[in-house]
Amino acid sequence: VSTEPLVEPWTLAFPYTRSTGATLGRFFAGLAAQRILGRRAVDGRVFVPPLEHDPRDGSPLGDWVEVSPYGTVETHTWIAEPLSTHPRTTPFAFAMVRLDGADTPLLHVVDAPEREAVFTGLRVRARWAEERTGHLRDLAGFEPLPPGASDTFTPEGESMPELASRSFVYPMALHYDVRAGHALSVHLRGLSEARFLGRRCPRCARVYVPPLGACSVCSIAVSEDVELAGSGTVITFCIVNLAVRGQEHLERPFACGNVLLDGADTPFLALLQGCAVKEVRAGMRVRAVWREPAERGPSLSSVRHFEPSGEPDADVSELVRRRKELHRA
Amino acid sequence: VREVAIIATAMAKNVRVYAGNEIELLLPVVQEVVAASGLPRRRIQFTTLASSDFWAGQAFAFVRALDAAGAYPVLDDSHVDMDGAFALYEAWVRLQTGEVDSALVYALGKSSAGRLHEIAPLGLDPYVLAPLAPDPHSLAALSARAMIDRGLCDERALAEVTLANLRRARDNPLALEVDRPQDADTLQKQPFLAAPLRAADCAPVCDGAVAVVLASAELAREVCERPVWIRGIEQRVDPHGLGHRPLHEAPSARLAAQKLALDPAALDVAELMCLYPHEQLLLARELGLAPHTRVSPSGSGWAGHALMATGLSRVVEAARAIERDEARLTLAHASAGPCLQQNILTLLGADHG
Repeated sequence: VSTEPLVEPWTLAFPYTRSTGATLGRFFAGLAAQRILGRRAVDGRVFVPPLEHDPRDGSPLGDWVEVSPYGTVETHTWIAEPLSTHPRTTPFAFAMVRLDGADTPLLHVVDAPEREAVFTGLRVRARWAEERTGHLRDLAGFEPLPPGASDTFTPEGESMPELASRSFVYPMALHYDVRAGHALSVHLRGLSEARFLGRRCPRCARVYVPPLGACSVCSIAVSEDVELAGSGTVITFCIVNLAVRGQEHLERPFACGNVLLDGADTPFLALLQGCAVKEVRAGMRVRAVWREPAERGPSLSSVRHFEPSGEPDADVSELVRRRKELHRA
Repeated sequence: VREVAIIATAMAKNVRVYAGNEIELLLPVVQEVVAASGLPRRRIQFTTLASSDFWAGQAFAFVRALDAAGAYPVLDDSHVDMDGAFALYEAWVRLQTGEVDSALVYALGKSSAGRLHEIAPLGLDPYVLAPLAPDPHSLAALSARAMIDRGLCDERALAEVTLANLRRARDNPLALEVDRPQDADTLQKQPFLAAPLRAADCAPVCDGAVAVVLASAELAREVCERPVWIRGIEQRVDPHGLGHRPLHEAPSARLAAQKLALDPAALDVAELMCLYPHEQLLLARELGLAPHTRVSPSGSGWAGHALMATGLSRVVEAARAIERDEARLTLAHASAGPCLQQNILTLLGADHG
C-alpha cells in the first residue's frame, strides 16, 4: 500500500461575462466595424485603447478619435513555441504597436514568417478577423507592411460606431495537480476501506476528522492515528430544495448536515437519508452507510450517506459545551 | 513613525514540487519562526498570510491555510492576496497604529499545483490584455527588448546577470536545486523562450514558504538579542496598462526610493526580487545602486520563485545579512504586476551602536 500523499488532477473552468461599459464598449464596436478608436486626453495625447480617465492625473478623457490601422512596432518578443493559452499555435510575436495618430502603444500579435522579420521600428498594418463580435480579437493582429504598400489613412468621418455589444464571455480553464497532503491521504485511503481514520493532536488531544495536517489551535502537526466507529451525532443540518450539480439523482428536498463522529472533535458535512426530511434534527444519532467495495475510493463519497441509528438523541448543548471547553483549554 | 523590528525569520528550502498540502508546507516554517521569536504563539497579536487561492485552485484555500498558524480560537488575522513583502507592509502599518506590538507575517508559495501561463494572465486587464493571454515571460521580454533597443543592456549582459545569480543561488543552502549552464556561451546557445529571454533567464517556479515576526521597539528589546530594525518601507505603483508607462523603466521603484530617502552610498546589500535578468539592471539604475553594494547575495528569483513568497524571502535574506554581521544597512525589494508595475522597498538596519 502506497503511503505517498495523494495527487488528483483538477480543472477549474468557468466563463466570466465581462461588461464592456461605455468606453471600451465603443472601442470594441469600432473593432467590429474595422475601425480603431482612441480618446484624447486634456494635453492632446491620444490613448489607444481608450480609457475613461488619464492614468497620469485622473482627468477624464475627452473626444473620440479614429486612428490609423497602420503603425510601428515599439518593442516585441518572438514566441517560437506557443503555449496552450497563446493566441497562435504557430510561431508569432507579441508586440507593442503604436498606431499612427495614437500616443500610446497597444499590445497585440504580429504575424511574421520568422523571428528576424519582427523588429523595433517595423511598420505593420492591422489584419481583421472574418467574424467580428465586438471583442479585442476582432482585430486579429498585425502583419508587416509589404514593401511599397501605402500606409496613408483617411478616417471615415465624424460618425462613431455605437455600442455593438455590452458584454463578452471570457472563458478560462486552469489545470491543477491538487495534493491532499500526508495526513489527509491517510484518511482518504481509509475511506476506500470503509474506515474513518482521523488524527489526534499530541498536545491538546483534539481529534480531527478529516485531518488536514495541523491542529488549528496548537499550530503543531496532528501525528497520532485514530480510528473511529461510523457512528455520530447530527450537530446542525439544512434542507436542500435546489438541484445541486452532482446531486441531481437525489429526490428533493433532501437533508445534509454536520456530523460529529463519536470520538471526533471536528464535524464534517454529510448527506442524511433514511428518514423523512422533517424528522432530521440536531442531536439525531446517525451511522454511516458505506458503498460497496467496488464503488469506494479515496473520497468521502465512499460513504453513501448517514442514516438514523435508532439510538436516543444526544444532548447537543452538552456536545457544544464540551467543544467550547476544549477551545478555552 | 513607531520603530519596528524583525525579531525572527524562517524559510523553507525551495523545492520544485512539495508533495504535501499547503498547511503541511507552512507549518514547520511557522513553528520555526514562532520558536525563534521567543514569544508564545498566543502572545503574537496580529497575523497576516500572503497567498492566492488561484495557486491552490480551491476557493478559500487561504482560510484553510490558517490552520498552520494556530488561528483558532479567533485571532486578529488578515490575508493579503499579494507577495508576503506586501503583507509585511500591512503588519508594519498595524504596528504603526499602536493597536498591536507584535505580528506574524507568513507567505505560502505553493506554485506547483497550478500553471504560471494559465494563472498569471488572469491578473491582467480582462478586456485588452487577458484575451491575448500574454504569459509573464513574454511580458518581461517586451521590457528586456525595450532596454536592449535603448542601449541599456545587451544579450551578453543579460546572460551574465543570469549566471551571476545562478552562481549565488548555488551557494544558498535554501535555494532550489536546478541544472545551471556553465558559462555565458552555453547559456546563449539555449533556444529563446520569449526572445530575448531563454529558459535559464526565467526564475524557476517552485514551492516554498517564508515567515517573519515583527515587534515594536519595546517588545523587541525585551525578547530579542539582535533585532533588525525596519528603517523605512515605501511602495508605489505604476499604471497597469503596458502602453501607459515606459517598459524600459520602473518609475514606481524610483519614486519609492525617493520617498525612502535611500542613500545608496550607505547600502551594503540590496536583495532585489528579480525574475528576469534585465530587471536587476533596470532596478539598479532606478534605485541608483552604488558599485560597492552587493546585489542579491541569495541569487534572487534564481534561488526559486515560490509565488507569493519570493518577495518576503528577499526581506528575510536582507535581515539575515544583518544578523550574520555581514551588513549594517540592507534593502529588500519586491514587485507585483506585469513588468515591475508595483514596487515595495524595505530598508533594514542593524542595532544602533
